[in-house]
Amino acid sequence: MSRIPVTKTPKVYIAGAFVRSESARTFKVSDASGAFFANMPQCTRKDLRNAVEAAAKAGPGWARRTPYNRAQILYRLAEMLEARSGELVESLVRFGARRADAEKGMTVGVDRLIHYAGWSDKYAQLLGSVNPVASPHFNFTVPEPMGVVGVIAPDSPPLLGLLSMIAPVIASGNTVVALASEKVPYPAILLGEMLATSDLPGGVVNLLTGFRKEMVPTFATHAHIRAIFAAADADERKALRLGAAASVKRVRFAEPVGKAWFSDSAQGLDLIRDFVELKTTWHPIGS
Amino acid sequence: MATQRKTNEARSRLIFGDLWEYDPAPETADPKLKERYDLFIGGKFTRPRSGKYFASINPANERKLADIALAGAADVDLAYAAASRAFVRWGSMPGRERGKYLFRIARLLQDRAREFAVAETLDGGKPIKESRDFDVPMAAAHFFYHAGWADKLEYVAPGRRVVPLGVVGQVIPWNFPLLMLAWKLAPALAMGNCVVLKPAETTSITALKLAEILQDAELPAGVVNFVTGAGEIGAAVMGHPGAAKVAFTGSTEVGKAIMRQLAGTNRKMTMELGGKAANIVFDDAPIDQAVEGIVNGIFFNQGHVCCAGSRLLVQESVADQVISKLKNRIRVLRVGDPLDKNTDLGAINSREQLSTIRRLVASGVREGAVMYQAPCELPERGFYFPPTLFTRVTQSHRIAREEIFGPVLSILTFRTVDEAIEKANNTAFGLSAGVWTDKGSRILRMSTELKAGVVWANTFNRFDPSSPFGGYKESGFGREGGRQGLLDYVGLT
Repeated sequence: MSRIPVTKTPKVYIAGAFVRSESARTFKVSDASGAFFANMPQCTRKDLRNAVEAAAKAGPGWARRTPYNRAQILYRLAEMLEARSGELVESLVRFGARRADAEKGMTVGVDRLIHYAGWSDKYAQLLGSVNPVASPHFNFTVPEPMGVVGVIAPDSPPLLGLLSMIAPVIASGNTVVALASEKVPYPAILLGEMLATSDLPGGVVNLLTGFRKEMVPTFATHAHIRAIFAAADADERKALRLGAAASVKRVRFAEPVGKAWFSDSAQGLDLIRDFVELKTTWHPIGS
Repeated sequence: MATQRKTNEARSRLIFGDLWEYDPAPETADPKLKERYDLFIGGKFTRPRSGKYFASINPANERKLADIALAGAADVDLAYAAASRAFVRWGSMPGRERGKYLFRIARLLQDRAREFAVAETLDGGKPIKESRDFDVPMAAAHFFYHAGWADKLEYVAPGRRVVPLGVVGQVIPWNFPLLMLAWKLAPALAMGNCVVLKPAETTSITALKLAEILQDAELPAGVVNFVTGAGEIGAAVMGHPGAAKVAFTGSTEVGKAIMRQLAGTNRKMTMELGGKAANIVFDDAPIDQAVEGIVNGIFFNQGHVCCAGSRLLVQESVADQVISKLKNRIRVLRVGDPLDKNTDLGAINSREQLSTIRRLVASGVREGAVMYQAPCELPERGFYFPPTLFTRVTQSHRIAREEIFGPVLSILTFRTVDEAIEKANNTAFGLSAGVWTDKGSRILRMSTELKAGVVWANTFNRFDPSSPFGGYKESGFGREGGRQGLLDYVGLT
């Protein structure tokens, strides 16, 4: 008799640990051929609450890491992905991606992580300034992380989209609570396993799986999420904006659609800038 | 014994306190007001479609200054149409030419500075020494600074090309009418946008006086349009489909309403909202300088300042000393006629704002904080409120949480650096903060940990066109001033 394979129970990555949904709910995921694949955690607002709490706790420590250190950790994450890219490509193909697209997505994703690793210790010089005020003061502006940022990833491409949205946000010291693609959630489960071995402190990135319809309004209104970065349709955008008004959240929508995520224009300093606050400090120049 | 104590107490006060009375020193320059102000649309003063006007009064004596046009939705449509027509030329004009108009505006405003200062003080109630030495020169400086950016758009966003957005809708508050107007107009115009702006209902006059300068500067018709009126016209300006972007300065409550109003659109937004700044005094601070900074922080412009240092956090070991010096200091603040050159605190901007201040002050007393008010005579007519301190304030008191927007300081104490940070950040706002200490490393630590867009260390309430200003959290988003502020008025291609 042939060997029965050991199947994996998908668990979401919250606070540096792998957990099932707090509400003990799951949803069934099938692969592209229609065959049963696994029961995926159906995260709810309780999981979001836990994830935000973890992200908030991890925030100050992550923000205090030196930019050089954050750069090396992002680079290390790229190393983890490169080493396990075969597994990630297979997971994308299994859920319907063309192999060429899956492979291209992986190389772009790894390169993109390195792109942002390099930004970690540079963006402050480009976004900040010393300001020539007309009074005897030393006046300077520095970018600072906003805090907990909610990321809502696209369904296509599920993994590259998620990576492209998380990387610019954490490069500057923010922490993330992300909702993975509802249609193709499994690559995000694998990503969690890679995050866990990448030296990224627990809680800096928290990944949830579940239904957009349930989760989007919860992201919109959670008062401790300071900003939202979402790949969203028109209705979701409106819901996010409405919810954001209650606590004056910053909202940014992901612009690329489909193949545009593969392009170099889907990355860069502007995305880092959207998730920093600019702080200006004044001090008299005296004797 | 009792007499002896009294003498000692008197000695510790500032000796010039009540030894003599000052002679009146009124500023007498002619503000050159018109009896009636129309809307400014398409480069011309135009009557509102409704034919209606409302009175703008002097809050110092409640006398009418002028009639102001009441705009309606149809007027807002006309203003947007004019701006949109003007954008065709303005948006594609070479930056160096666009900049020259802004330089002209700065120079013409400097020429008429005293006249504008008097008009600003009459209309808004702020002391002439502030409108003369701060509001008007700073407004001119904003035009001058941004004028020089107009031909340097390629330096605004590294690695990207920037383009103007189109027509920008702007709504500004009544606390710094001309200065807020300059903060809004100058970067928008420098980046090649056209503007529809609504001044605050109680303080429209200097905007409409500036329209005269825009005409003298030969700014192309429709590049800037002013519509006047109350909140519903503000909502019409913010919600107009012709706006590519809106910028709002005002209360957090109204800012949230605008965010909801625009939720279904792609409109870009800048929000400069309320604040409840902590001004933190450590025991090694230069105490006399700190006291001056605290006074400036909360009593500047009668406390009608979104970034006012309205929560004083003072280290317990020096609290008694600081509070006693503060009390002595505010006893000699001069409250009264805003046009008098010796006046420190002028009139509260409106009857409505005065009642808001009174309501919050009453809540402070009711909730158990201890109130101290400087003994001063207030004029019989007009809206005034004496400089007020509250001690024994706790973090849950309304006067420690809500923006009072008046000359009212809530004093709390702390023991350790961590406690100061915790208390300072314990607010939904995050606009500004102050730190007073002699220790450099502590200043930098505080500056890093305070969740506020502007941190003043050993100073307070400083502003400059090159210095980005704007909030964290519920104090809004986007920046005004500096290279960083320009990005809120351009699109990236």
